[in-house]
Amino acid sequence: MHIEVRDLVKTFGDVAAVNKASFQIQNGHLVGLLGPSGGGKTSILRMLAGLEQPTAGEIYFDGKLVNPIPVQDRGIGFVFQHYALFKHMTVFENVAYGLKVKKQKRQAINERVYELLQLIGLEGTENKYPHQLSGGQRQRVAFARALAPKPRLLLLDEPFAAIDAKVRKELRLWLRNLINQFGTTTIFVTHDQDEAMEVADDLIIVQKGRVEQQGAPWDIYNHPASAFVASFIGESNKLKAPVALQGFPELSAYRAGGEWQEGTQVFIRPEAIELRATHHPQTAEAGEPGKITHVHFRGDAWYVEVELAGGMTLFTYQPLHQEALQAGDSVSVFIQQLFVFAPSDIRILENRSRKGQRRLYVYPTTEKRSGSK
Amino acid sequence: MLADRTAEGSLHLAHMPVVSGCQESFLFCRPPLNYVWRDRKLKVMPTVTPYQIAVRSLLIGYLLVLVVMPIAAVYAEGFSLGWTPFWEALTAVIAWKAILLTVKLSVVTTVIQAVIGTMSAFVLVRCRFWGRRLFNSLVDLPFALPTAVSGLMLLTLLGPQSLLGSWLQAFGISLLFNQTAIVIGMVFITFPFVIRTVQPLIEQFDLAEEQASYTLGASKVYTFCKVLLPAVVPGIIAGGLLTFSRALAEFGALSLISGNLPGKTQVASVFIYGEIENFNTQGAAAVSIVLLTLSFLVLWAVQALQKRRGIVT
Repeated sequence: MHIEVRDLVKTFGDVAAVNKASFQIQNGHLVGLLGPSGGGKTSILRMLAGLEQPTAGEIYFDGKLVNPIPVQDRGIGFVFQHYALFKHMTVFENVAYGLKVKKQKRQAINERVYELLQLIGLEGTENKYPHQLSGGQRQRVAFARALAPKPRLLLLDEPFAAIDAKVRKELRLWLRNLINQFGTTTIFVTHDQDEAMEVADDLIIVQKGRVEQQGAPWDIYNHPASAFVASFIGESNKLKAPVALQGFPELSAYRAGGEWQEGTQVFIRPEAIELRATHHPQTAEAGEPGKITHVHFRGDAWYVEVELAGGMTLFTYQPLHQEALQAGDSVSVFIQQLFVFAPSDIRILENRSRKGQRRLYVYPTTEKRSGSK
Repeated sequence: MLADRTAEGSLHLAHMPVVSGCQESFLFCRPPLNYVWRDRKLKVMPTVTPYQIAVRSLLIGYLLVLVVMPIAAVYAEGFSLGWTPFWEALTAVIAWKAILLTVKLSVVTTVIQAVIGTMSAFVLVRCRFWGRRLFNSLVDLPFALPTAVSGLMLLTLLGPQSLLGSWLQAFGISLLFNQTAIVIGMVFITFPFVIRTVQPLIEQFDLAEEQASYTLGASKVYTFCKVLLPAVVPGIIAGGLLTFSRALAEFGALSLISGNLPGKTQVASVFIYGEIENFNTQGAAAVSIVLLTLSFLVLWAVQALQKRRGIVT
């Protein structure tokens, strides 16, 4: 189902939970609404479901205005954060509920319920009650219940929030496969960016009731549209004060004395920082001199903090197969890329001193990668 | 607690599963378990200290004197002349009519309370209106008042001199000294029971369950019947049974407003009072035994129900 939201507003008293949010979602897409807690994601989801009425703005399903249509008739499936299974009903009765409401034939209901139970891998539990199931199992029953009446839009409110970390990872992949199999347009709310990146085709970044950016996870990570997105998605070093960095002559344009110009923010991703011990043969053309101040082991990499000559501290990750660094080592710090968010423009600056050389990564836009997903 | 685990040779191990038997019933609990080293092995020893024995004996004695003995006395009195007089006392027209009337009107009261009490509980929990808290505290008042006061209140409210009473009389309706009056009295006295047992169940009810039902296409009525009502039914039944046993037992208010026409509007409790006034204690005891047994069965049913609910939820 194609969904369009125009200038959606929801106020609770004086507080605007959602403030002129607009976006479109293509049919069959799996979209993550991502943002910090209290940013209005759940309010948007509940308004799409019809569980809450927008203060202003319009919602269109397939071009049709649905604002006046009650929740019962919107043809949606909703999975609640704490599952909200019917406690006094068995698993079977829970999954069959939406079908019974539609007054389907007993035979058809049985077939559909058993088909779904098989799909969620819970055959044999149909006579159990929700309190006899584990958290992950309840969550899967909640999915099955929402999917049973074949909704055209599936809405998930923090679907994995109440599940422990290990099961959560399994469930994410399972959910992704399940939704791809059905091809149902799906929107889920989360504040966990790993989860959003892993599951969603498309992300909508919501902050303070506004849509900050919409796009594929790849594009959002590599082309953040605002300083908020750059700092919220992935990790970043924020340059608090300007320093002369080799290879970035453009930076001087954003300076105003010893500070950045009003409203300018500069970020460096940790993976855009390369560290070389000073005795390394390739150091000649490299960047800033620096000193390692802190190292600790993270399992898949070393977390390294390095202090530049100007007194600025950056953090980065050093792959395990590279030479291990220790606190106190002198290194040269090579910065490959940085993001500049100024009121006038948003730029991604590449280090010029290594032009034409191997880049750490290339980032075509999603369109060019078509077929890879 | 009764458990005294510092006896010689016993261990204090925080991680050990200390089985406390006192969760279900305070009086008839299993002795608490104690872990003791004996012959180089850790053993489970049930310990009952003299202190425990003393406290338990005291409590059981208290129960015996205050509850069990009076009940036994009534049964003894009822059967004091043997089966035949007992049976004759019950089958006397006035006696069985009084019992039948009481049971019938108690059932009517229970049904009324089950419906109206549930609705009131819903309104009290779900609706926000001016005076809600005042109304909420007023619910318990009929139960707290002396029942004679309740009777007097109804008497003055519905009597022919009052505004309401005279207005009703103009339509030929009388709400005093008939079966309707008895039901009104019973409903008044038993007002809080269903409300107070249903209220917490509605408060605990997860609103998301209700909304989940809507998102699955169910109407408000369907959701109420299939999702909300089943969640509060245990409360309705428990409150209804309490209502029933309380209505059976009511004396003070009913003696004022029922009219006490033997065989017509005389309830069992008032009948018992009359028999005692006439020095027929055996007849009074016979009817008492019927009421007592009914009340006991009802309370037992409430207990059983709550126990079952504890397992299910």
